[in-house]
Amino acid sequence: MEFSGAEILFKCLEAEEVEYIFGYPGGAVLHIYDALYQQEAVKHILVRHEQGATHAADGYSRSTGKPGVCLVTSGPGATNAVTGLATAYTDSIPLVVITGQVPQAMIGTDAFQECDIIGISRPCVKHNFLVDSLENLATTIKKAFHIATTGRPGPVVIDIPKNLTDPKVRIPFEYPAEIEMRSYKPATAGISGDIRRAVDLLLSAKKPMIYAGGGVILGESSSQLTALSRELGYPVTNTLMGLGCYPASDDQFIGMLGMHGTYESNMAMHECDVLLAVGARFDDRVTGQIDTFCPYARVIHIDVDPSNIAKNFPVEVPIVGDTGHVLDDMLAVLSETNRRPDPEPLSQWWDQIKSWQAVNSYNYDRNSDLIKPQYVVEKYCELTEGQAFVTSDVGQHQMFAAQFYRFDQPRRWINSGGLGTMGFGLPAAMGVRFAHPDAEIACVTGEGSVQMCIQELSTCKQYGVAFNILNLNNGYLGMVRQWQEFTYESRYSSSYVDALPDFVKLVESYGHVGMVIDKPGDVEGALREAIAQKDRLCFLDFRIDTEENVYPMIEQGKGHHQMRLNPRRSEFS
Amino acid sequence: MRHIISLLIENESGALSRVAGLYSARGYNIESLTVAPTDDPSLSRMTIVTYGNDTVVEQIAKQTDKLIDVVRLVTYTETPHVERELMMVKLRAVGSQREEATRLVAIFRGKIVDVTDSTYVVEVTGDSGKIDAFLAAVPSEQILEVVRSGVVGIARGESALKV
Repeated sequence: MEFSGAEILFKCLEAEEVEYIFGYPGGAVLHIYDALYQQEAVKHILVRHEQGATHAADGYSRSTGKPGVCLVTSGPGATNAVTGLATAYTDSIPLVVITGQVPQAMIGTDAFQECDIIGISRPCVKHNFLVDSLENLATTIKKAFHIATTGRPGPVVIDIPKNLTDPKVRIPFEYPAEIEMRSYKPATAGISGDIRRAVDLLLSAKKPMIYAGGGVILGESSSQLTALSRELGYPVTNTLMGLGCYPASDDQFIGMLGMHGTYESNMAMHECDVLLAVGARFDDRVTGQIDTFCPYARVIHIDVDPSNIAKNFPVEVPIVGDTGHVLDDMLAVLSETNRRPDPEPLSQWWDQIKSWQAVNSYNYDRNSDLIKPQYVVEKYCELTEGQAFVTSDVGQHQMFAAQFYRFDQPRRWINSGGLGTMGFGLPAAMGVRFAHPDAEIACVTGEGSVQMCIQELSTCKQYGVAFNILNLNNGYLGMVRQWQEFTYESRYSSSYVDALPDFVKLVESYGHVGMVIDKPGDVEGALREAIAQKDRLCFLDFRIDTEENVYPMIEQGKGHHQMRLNPRRSEFS
Repeated sequence: MRHIISLLIENESGALSRVAGLYSARGYNIESLTVAPTDDPSLSRMTIVTYGNDTVVEQIAKQTDKLIDVVRLVTYTETPHVERELMMVKLRAVGSQREEATRLVAIFRGKIVDVTDSTYVVEVTGDSGKIDAFLAAVPSEQILEVVRSGVVGIARGESALKV
């Protein structure tokens, strides 16, 4: 039997067990959309802007571990997808993005809707392919899924010239069961000698710290990380990307670290003598001023990507491998030995950490007449018992969500941590909904971010996608305003968002439910009402304290031990 | 410090731009980059000369090796190796300049590969230092045009960069 390129594409997606593709049609992908129409295995979600397609696929992927798939047309369709590609690339999220291209004979002629998406996307994808022949189409798709989902995951673009999907050109088709690439063989196991050295070093620690990042979630190794941490009894901190990889409600969890992390996590990082870094990349928002970072620590670093090791900070025991595999091996070494951490210094270390915890660095004014953004997130966490999927955008609301929603499971916290993409949250929540039809989902956002992809409210209406949008509306681009207050003597240059829409009317016009909440006493009731409305998208416009800041904070050029605490914290109950 | 990175890369369209793009995106120095297919036409061999301290060059090597199309990569910093560069230089050659140039070419074991009434094209091969020395030895007003291939390198002895 013979198939066209467009039909082959869907056969391949079906073989990859792709459930949903997020996309938008256009000239160069019309053959593909015609084949889409004639098949049933893959469901297509028509977004309102290609950026929304990539973020939705991204949210789908982050919440499931499966690759997210997009289909967009050539030229502007492809360029609109670039922000989503860069977002996924920075956070190592597996996406396969199929872009239409003008026919091969017209490439290079400045044809209508032609652009070099291979060139444009190259620095923000794990790999990309311009398909050169119909015969190579299936193998290319196989390679794309293989590359996107293995090693350090990431987005892959497949650019398909229109003539290769022509329904009149047909060839026999077989999807390769396996793919072997001589140029791409990601590491799995770490070197056993290094694993023994790592365990020895960990056991010798007097002030140990475990610093775990998004790589633990991507490597599906939360249970191993938890087992190892509990076996040792060591304190655990998570990066923004790692939240949920270790249960937040566990006593050994001492909070997020970094710029807006807890005082105790950052102080413990500064004072620790042995640091186990797992699936984390020593990002600048985590380390603060790098020359003052972890001055006393001997560092063990587990990462699947060798280029992450010793990139920003020197490492004593580097272990390149899949986090789950390496942690399993470490647990095995630990169970063979009778050695356990010396309880005396460990208990002194915990006493020290508890004294830092007593600072209560996240505390805020709970008696204010104004709605505090922290309170909204805290209440939402309480009402959903920490079980919701929470997406966010970028800014203060993102930090409040990370600080006050306590994630006990991986893949529940979905945010653009690396690239910091405003507009991510709403379409990402949409993607999460397709993967989890019955789960509680909220997008915690602000009035600045939410307007960057607000058109996807229309997609939500079309497909009956319901979730809650908690809009922490302070009328400012809050994080910009906070930096301007701290470092530019409160010169609020272009950080006040004038002429905001009436969000209630706006969401109602899209067919959803909108509410304004402007009193602290109404927060809980509104949240309860929204959570109860399972089949409606509810947009809760919380009019919050306009000048609340995110504390604590490591300012530019400062180290972990130099956090700026809330100056009013002694007044809080 | 100067380092030579040698690699085998899938001979596919865009392979060169992946490497070049990586270097510009991450702010790495490239002193020279040469690329050509090998005896196996599916592979290209690339030689990159770069500068940086050991940490930087370790990162450069890792990031380059991470490119999906790169099959194998070595850094010839510590390894004993041979490196060569080829230069062709067009010289003004009139009157006494002709004899002087011929003498200089002999000293540098170069070749005159094109002759006209007023010009020579000289080919010189060697490491980059030798080529620099030749250019320094020729009076600058005599140099009409210079083209250099960039460095190629290969390890001494048994070790071979092969698939």
